[in-house]
Amino acid sequence: MSEAVKTVKVTIDNITVDVPMGTTILQAARMIGGDVVPPAMCYYSKLQGSGGKCRTCLVEVSKGSEADPRPMPKLVASCRTGVMDGMEVKNMTSPKVEDARNGVVEFLLLNHPLDCPVCDQAGECHLQDLGYQHGKQGTRYEFKRRTFEKHDLGPYIQLHMTRCILCYRCVFTADQLTDKRAHGILSRGDHAEIATYIEKSLDNNFIGNVIDVCPVGALTDKTFRFKNRVWFTKPVNAHRDCKCCSGKVTLWQRGEEVLRVTARKDQWGEVEEWICNECRFEKKKTAEWTIEGPTHVSRHSVISQGHYENTIQPKETFTAVNGGRNPQLLMDIHSVSEVNNPSIDLSLINGPATSDVYNHSTKQS
Amino acid sequence: MASLTNRAKVLEQKPMSFMERLYLPAIFKGMAITFSHMFKKKATINYPEEKRPFSPVFRGLHVLNRDEEGRENCTACGLCAVACPAEAITMEAAERKTSEEHLYREEKYAAKYEINMLRCIFCGLCEEACPKDAIYMSETFAPSNFTRKGFIYAKDELLIPNPVTDKEKYEIAKGLREAQLKNK
Repeated sequence: MSEAVKTVKVTIDNITVDVPMGTTILQAARMIGGDVVPPAMCYYSKLQGSGGKCRTCLVEVSKGSEADPRPMPKLVASCRTGVMDGMEVKNMTSPKVEDARNGVVEFLLLNHPLDCPVCDQAGECHLQDLGYQHGKQGTRYEFKRRTFEKHDLGPYIQLHMTRCILCYRCVFTADQLTDKRAHGILSRGDHAEIATYIEKSLDNNFIGNVIDVCPVGALTDKTFRFKNRVWFTKPVNAHRDCKCCSGKVTLWQRGEEVLRVTARKDQWGEVEEWICNECRFEKKKTAEWTIEGPTHVSRHSVISQGHYENTIQPKETFTAVNGGRNPQLLMDIHSVSEVNNPSIDLSLINGPATSDVYNHSTKQS
Repeated sequence: MASLTNRAKVLEQKPMSFMERLYLPAIFKGMAITFSHMFKKKATINYPEEKRPFSPVFRGLHVLNRDEEGRENCTACGLCAVACPAEAITMEAAERKTSEEHLYREEKYAAKYEINMLRCIFCGLCEEACPKDAIYMSETFAPSNFTRKGFIYAKDELLIPNPVTDKEKYEIAKGLREAQLKNK
C-alpha cells in the first residue's frame, strides 16, 4: 500500500470484503474464494480485454452503492462490472441468478456436440463442470447442431470448431502473447468460427498456450490426441531451463512416459506462467525435466482418482529379507496383455496413434 | 443373578421318557422324511445337458457391442475403466483412419481393450458407466481355465459377432434376454 489506493467495501453473498477501487465483482469474489465465485467461461484474468461474452458469470446487484442504493435493474456480468463502495451482490443466494445461469448453460450447450467420450478435454473441461452443476438432463433443441468445415491448424494444435463456445480467449492470447496473430473469428452469428483466413498453420513459439486457455475441447494438443484419458495420467510439476519461457510446467505422465505437457494452472483453471511450444510439444521425455512433485489436484476433480500427493514410497524389503534374492515373477503381464506394450512409446508418436501403430505388434502366447 | 432382559427363558431339563429312550420311533420318523423326498421335485438339474435360465438381471461375461451396421460402439472413453472398482479394464485408444469408417462408429476407437477376468467382480458398473451402449454383460460366465493367462480377455474374445457378416452367431450372442423382456 504505497500510494493511497482507495479501497471500497463490497458484500458478496453476505460476505464483506475490502477491495481496491476498480476491481470487478468477479475479482472481488475470487478474493473471498469458495462457493461465492461465479463461474467464468470467457473471462481470463491474465488476458486483457477478455470477459463479457459468455454470460455465465451473471450476478444480481441488490444494492448499487452506498451513494445510490437502488438495485441494478438487470443481472450484470460480474467480470465486466466494477465494484462500488457499499455494493451488495448476490450470486449463489439469488434464485434469479441460478435461473439465468441455467439458461445460459442451456444456450452454450445448444450447439455443443456433447462428444465428451471422444474429447480429450473431458475431465478438465470447464463446460463439463458447468453443465454438471447447472445443466439439464436432456436437451430441448430439436434442430440439427451446426457443423463446420474442418480447418487444419498445423502439426500441434487440433481444432474442433463444433465444441467452441466463442469465448475469444485464444484470440486474445494470440494478440497478447505473439507478435502476429494468424487466427481469429471468421463469419458472423451462427456461422462464426475460429479459423485462419487462408489455411495456415499456427506456428508462433507461444501459440500452444491457446490450448491451455481454451475452456472447452475446441483447441487441443495434437501430440496428446487420443493418447490417454486425462484422469489416467498423473500430473507432476516439473521445470527445465528454457531460453524463451519460465520452463515451469505440469507433466501428465503415464508410468515413465510424458504424454502431455501443460502450463501450471491455478485454482481458477488459469495458467500461472505461459510456456513455449518447445516445452509443450517437443520435450516428451522424463529425463529432460526436473521433477518437483505431484501437482495439487482438487479432490472434487476426477483427475484426483489414483493421484496421490505427499506420499512416502516405502522401502522395498523383500530382497533384503530374502538374502539378496529377488521375488519370483510368476507371470509377466506383457506376455499376455497387449495394453501398455513396452515396445510402443505413445509419447514419442506425433499425433494420435492409429491402427498402423498397433498392428505390427501381435499377441504372443 | 437377575437377568439383563426379561426375555430369558428357563430351560426345563426333564429326564427322557421310555419311548424317547427307545430312539427307534425318532429314527423311523427321520427315515420317513428322507424317504418322502424321493417323491418330491428334484432341486438339482443335470448341468451340462440341462441349463437353467438366467434371471433378467444376471451379470455375466462382458460383450463389446456393435451397431446395426456392424461398427464397434466403443470409443475408448475410459469411463468403464474409471468406474471399475476392481481395476480390471484397460484400453488404448486410436484414431480412426478414413479407410476404417465401416469398422468403428466414431473417430476414436479402442485399439486395445482388455478385461482381466481374474480381477472382475461382475458388479456391472462398467455397463452403467458406458455412454455409448458399448459394453454389456451377457448371460454366460467366464469359463474355467488352467492358467491365469487365459483370463485376460482381449477384444477378439469380447466383441459381439458382426451382425452384417455373421448374423447367426450375432443372434446367438445377443441371447434370449431381449425376447424374454418383451414377452413380459
